[in-house]
Amino acid sequence: MSETIVFGLCAAVVAGLGLYGAIVNPQPLRKILAFNLLGSGVFLFFGVVARRGAAAGFPGDPIPQALVITGVVVAFSATALALALLLRYFDATGSASLRDGAASNAGPESTDA
Amino acid sequence: MSGPVAVLESAGSSGALLVLSIVVPVAAALVAFVAGGRRTAWIALAALPVGLAVAVAIAAKVPQTGGALVYLLGGWAPPLGVALRADGLSAVMLVVTACVVAAIGVYARADFRVAAGAAEERAPFTFWILLLGVWGGLNTVFLAGDLFTLYVALEILTFAAVPLVCLDGRAETLQAALRYLLFALLGSVLYLAGTTLLYGAYGTLDVVLLSRLVTAEPAVLVAGSLMTVGLLAKTALVPLHLWLPPAHAGAPPAGSALLSALVVKGSFFIVVRLWFDVMPGLQSVAATQMLSALGATAILLGSVVALRQERLKLLIAYSTLAQIGYLFLMFALAYDAGAASMLKGDALAGGMLQAMSHAAAKAAMFMAAGSIYTALGHDRIAALAGAGRRVPGAVAAFALGGLALVGLPPSGAYLAKELLLRSAADTGQWWWAVVIQAGGAFTCAYLLLVLARVLGPVNRTATADETTDETATKRGRVGWSQQAAALALAACSLALGLVDWSAWLPVPPGTRLSSSLVDTIAAAVWPVLAGGVLAVLLGRWTPPPRGRLQQAAAALGPLRRAGVALGAGFCRADAFLRQWPVAGLSLLALAIVFGAALSARY
Repeated sequence: MSETIVFGLCAAVVAGLGLYGAIVNPQPLRKILAFNLLGSGVFLFFGVVARRGAAAGFPGDPIPQALVITGVVVAFSATALALALLLRYFDATGSASLRDGAASNAGPESTDA
Repeated sequence: MSGPVAVLESAGSSGALLVLSIVVPVAAALVAFVAGGRRTAWIALAALPVGLAVAVAIAAKVPQTGGALVYLLGGWAPPLGVALRADGLSAVMLVVTACVVAAIGVYARADFRVAAGAAEERAPFTFWILLLGVWGGLNTVFLAGDLFTLYVALEILTFAAVPLVCLDGRAETLQAALRYLLFALLGSVLYLAGTTLLYGAYGTLDVVLLSRLVTAEPAVLVAGSLMTVGLLAKTALVPLHLWLPPAHAGAPPAGSALLSALVVKGSFFIVVRLWFDVMPGLQSVAATQMLSALGATAILLGSVVALRQERLKLLIAYSTLAQIGYLFLMFALAYDAGAASMLKGDALAGGMLQAMSHAAAKAAMFMAAGSIYTALGHDRIAALAGAGRRVPGAVAAFALGGLALVGLPPSGAYLAKELLLRSAADTGQWWWAVVIQAGGAFTCAYLLLVLARVLGPVNRTATADETTDETATKRGRVGWSQQAAALALAACSLALGLVDWSAWLPVPPGTRLSSSLVDTIAAAVWPVLAGGVLAVLLGRWTPPPRGRLQQAAAALGPLRRAGVALGAGFCRADAFLRQWPVAGLSLLALAIVFGAALSARY
């Protein structure tokens, strides 16, 4: 089993765990962490792609590495923005759960006819 | 449209215009951020006409190039370098975006003004910078020539859009913003995973190069389905719409206008790029029919739930949901089963025209709703009577914008509908023609429901609680410039059908409103009639206490009860789909089903 296959499978497992967590966890903080895990899986996959593209004396294709750095910066800013929003939300409500009011404005009302 | 030769070479000095159209909003945002205080608004407002002029210049240049206007960053050609490209679709979207942003800027001047004497306030300062950020992000989306730049542009767009939702800092808007951000992030990670797969398979992410390389192999099909579904999550196509109604209804009016009119078009535009430019030959009947079926579901669900809303802004937000569905109808119509490829023809032109009309009309409607809210101190639909006297301009803008969306001649939506119907007839897909007509009727239904309230007699029982101190203190004056901005945009949307689009969109020259007077009147009358019936059957209204109307209402009894039950059922379905785990699982399921549909090739 070559190293790209091992790391590719690792990337798939990490991304799968992240996706599972992002869908299942009700708490936003855990969703943010799960998003980071999912992102890490994709970034690792970029690394695998870079390694597979190794040629001409390079240990890896440099373009995916450049892309992954940009991706990390984007994920970092996303996490910062999400945490800032979560802190504001916690300050405003004293709770860090998004469950309440999830369906607040779409229930069937019985006021007419 | 893009010829094989010109797309990889720089088009000389005019290519610099493309850079300018990204640099103007971004530079203005940076300068405004540093300048701060009162100067923020002035710098943003000064950038609006400059950006509009650049967009118009690009739109004027694109037809002369015969393909696309190209700029190679640093002179490096793809696959090593990054290219900016403006084809006809980019050009029209750039101009529409600049127009809508300019109108929103004029409208927001009154709402986001720093009070005299105050040094700086958070909401105005943030709003102007976010406005420029959204604009810069959108321009990058329209011009980006490779899939990774599109990813970065999409993220800039999302990061600028999310804080717009919670500018007022109320808990429910913070919650809406957080849900929006988290779900959008899931979508963008799926998109990024797809780009990784494509890069791994072909070693380039350039749109033109990829379109020549892609073949139907597993990695590409998986990438295509992941990217499509990720983008659908950001566009809020049913069933991935959990974030849209609270976010669009909770934002301040100028923010709602920006989010609803423009931000969702960014990810929609990337779906179009992906399906029509990157992998036109890899689609299948199953995948295109499925995407359009989701659109039809969105029209039905969004329209029926819109008819059941109590508040005007939520009604408009659900109308956006339905209109997003309308945009996706073109995919089934553009697929040519004989050639096994997506064709750039009437259907694509119709879809893009619909996107442009919706951008102008929906921004006008949200701005009008904001003015009505300010004038009355509330936006409960049941108590909107009298708004016509207090803010006539805003009500007129709402009505005109609504009529433009319904597709009354000569609106852009009418021309779009004609083009879509024509391609439905050409490809023999009558079922999409039914959906297109039904979409217009539904739009008319919720428009009539609101207009009947606004223009109807003042209902004493409904206004009794409205004149409490609370709403009375919330009332404010609406300046003429706000109403004029909304009216101008609504009029733009209504006039879009008069333009000959053949220079930019893939339609034969001379395609514009050409039907006879009788056809035109028929096209105008029948959606109104059908909409009226739908509004009576499904809408939220109470029968008047006495008079002939009461007997008519009583005669409708059983039908009306069935309609109300149906509406309640749709509301329950909507609430169910908008739970986080359900939406997350829908995301996964859609990705798998799309992958299967793409590999089921005929």
